[in-house]
Amino acid sequence: MKIIYQSLFLLMNAALLAQPGQSEFKPVTEIPASEQLPSAPLVIAAYAFVWLAFLAYVWVIWRKLGKVEQDLNALSAQVMKKRP
Amino acid sequence: MRKAVVPLLAIAGLIFMTAPIIIVRAPYESTMGLVQKVFYFHMPPAMLMLVSAIFCGILSGVFLVKRRPVYDWMAYAAAELTVLYGAMAMVTGPLWARKAWGVWWVWDPRLTLSLLMWMVFVSYLLLRRYGGPGSEILAAGLALFGMATSPFVYLSVNIWRTIHPLTSVVPTLPVDFAFPLWYAFTGFLVLYIALMLLRMSVEQQRAMLDQLYLESEE
Repeated sequence: MKIIYQSLFLLMNAALLAQPGQSEFKPVTEIPASEQLPSAPLVIAAYAFVWLAFLAYVWVIWRKLGKVEQDLNALSAQVMKKRP
Repeated sequence: MRKAVVPLLAIAGLIFMTAPIIIVRAPYESTMGLVQKVFYFHMPPAMLMLVSAIFCGILSGVFLVKRRPVYDWMAYAAAELTVLYGAMAMVTGPLWARKAWGVWWVWDPRLTLSLLMWMVFVSYLLLRRYGGPGSEILAAGLALFGMATSPFVYLSVNIWRTIHPLTSVVPTLPVDFAFPLWYAFTGFLVLYIALMLLRMSVEQQRAMLDQLYLESEE
């Protein structure tokens, strides 16, 4: 088992040694475009969330109102029937 | 009351549809660039969350003294809107912060206190939903506590060291930034009033339903 681990260790080191090392660091004034976090998706997500939250809330309230009105009509009809 | 809701919703819808055009035409902020445009949909709900919390607290206090149901209906509606507007501020804020600060969230005094206040109002709603009879009185007490946190939320940026923009930013905004902001704010405010009226009419109808149940049982 020990021999297997040692062999694996040597193989991994050999793979690392095979890669060429970075010979210099090059300065840039701006972050490359591929590294930059784009703003547009964040702005769009913020606006979309606000729209969705409002629509969802209005829908929930409208449904609640419809349900209460339905119950109210049914019950008032029932009460009217009972009255002499 | 409900007659006013549809026109108000239409006005708010119109403002919300035109606001992005005005916001796109607004200039970019020098250090934050495009992501600063989240501000126009972040500050209005955040400000209205605070106003709504104070409104809910005052109405709850009046309800505790006078015990008239109409104050309770209004306080309940205001608490729900505090949570709704608070959720908008809590979601849009991190989307802005991710780019501007490099992180989604920091345990900054403004953010932490806002979250705490929002959770107080979530507790209010949970208490109303599951608290059973008499929960409106307990919830009214909780709303007073929630209202008491709102000045701390507002002033936190001036009292403690924070990375959140200070309260002095909004009053000193150049016209190019201020116009889209107050335009969007008007939309949020009109929608707040419309939703408040709509939510109150639900509570009013529920009260009528309870009254009819009592009548039918007698």
